[in-house]
Amino acid sequence: MIDWIIGFLMLSSAVFTLLAAIGILRLPDLLTRMHASTKAGALGIALMMLAAAIYFADLVVAAKALAVILFIFMTAPIAAHAIGRAGYFVGVPIWDKTVKDELAHRYDNDTHRLRSGLETEEELQSSTQIRDDKPRIRVTAKVKKKTEE
Amino acid sequence: MQIVFFITFGVLSLAMILIVIRLLIGPTLPDRVVALELLASVIVALTGTYAIVTDRSSFIDVAIVAALTAFLAAIGFARFLERGGPRDD
Repeated sequence: MIDWIIGFLMLSSAVFTLLAAIGILRLPDLLTRMHASTKAGALGIALMMLAAAIYFADLVVAAKALAVILFIFMTAPIAAHAIGRAGYFVGVPIWDKTVKDELAHRYDNDTHRLRSGLETEEELQSSTQIRDDKPRIRVTAKVKKKTEE
Repeated sequence: MQIVFFITFGVLSLAMILIVIRLLIGPTLPDRVVALELLASVIVALTGTYAIVTDRSSFIDVAIVAALTAFLAAIGFARFLERGGPRDD
């Protein structure tokens, strides 16, 4: 009976990992690929560690396996967020059938400022002044050259 | 039980091959980083399988370390991409 459960967990882990791999190969752009890899990959690892915890039937091993699961569930979203953010900022092309990009034309990649589109002229001017004085996070090579001139 | 081990290893290896294809063709650098991260996930799963097949529980420690380094590498690559200068994909 235990053998059946372990076998089922191992096989489903392998299948979910394979699904993640197929998704990363077949899907059209960076964000959809990340969507496939983070969720299915994390589930694959979790099922495999669960199988190991059941197989060894030892408290220490079970704690270690649980630690791996917990760690993966905590870090996978953080890593995906960091890569997705970096990908958006460096201008990775998104799929041409994408329905919505709410940051387009509202987010300044140089100053990392988000505009709502409802600001008055005054507010817009003050924000550009702040940008000229001091870049908030990073300055691209072009802007830096301009300010130096 | 033996056949379950073989099927698991086979399917995970197939997944690795597909990911390596994406790693090689992936048009931009972030695509490759995502592929590398998933490759690390597959390696963790393979390590778990190997621990079960060889009946040695110390391989779980290897899985912990592999997961840790994969996370650190992903965060490091993301910082590098965001702050780095001109790139050549």
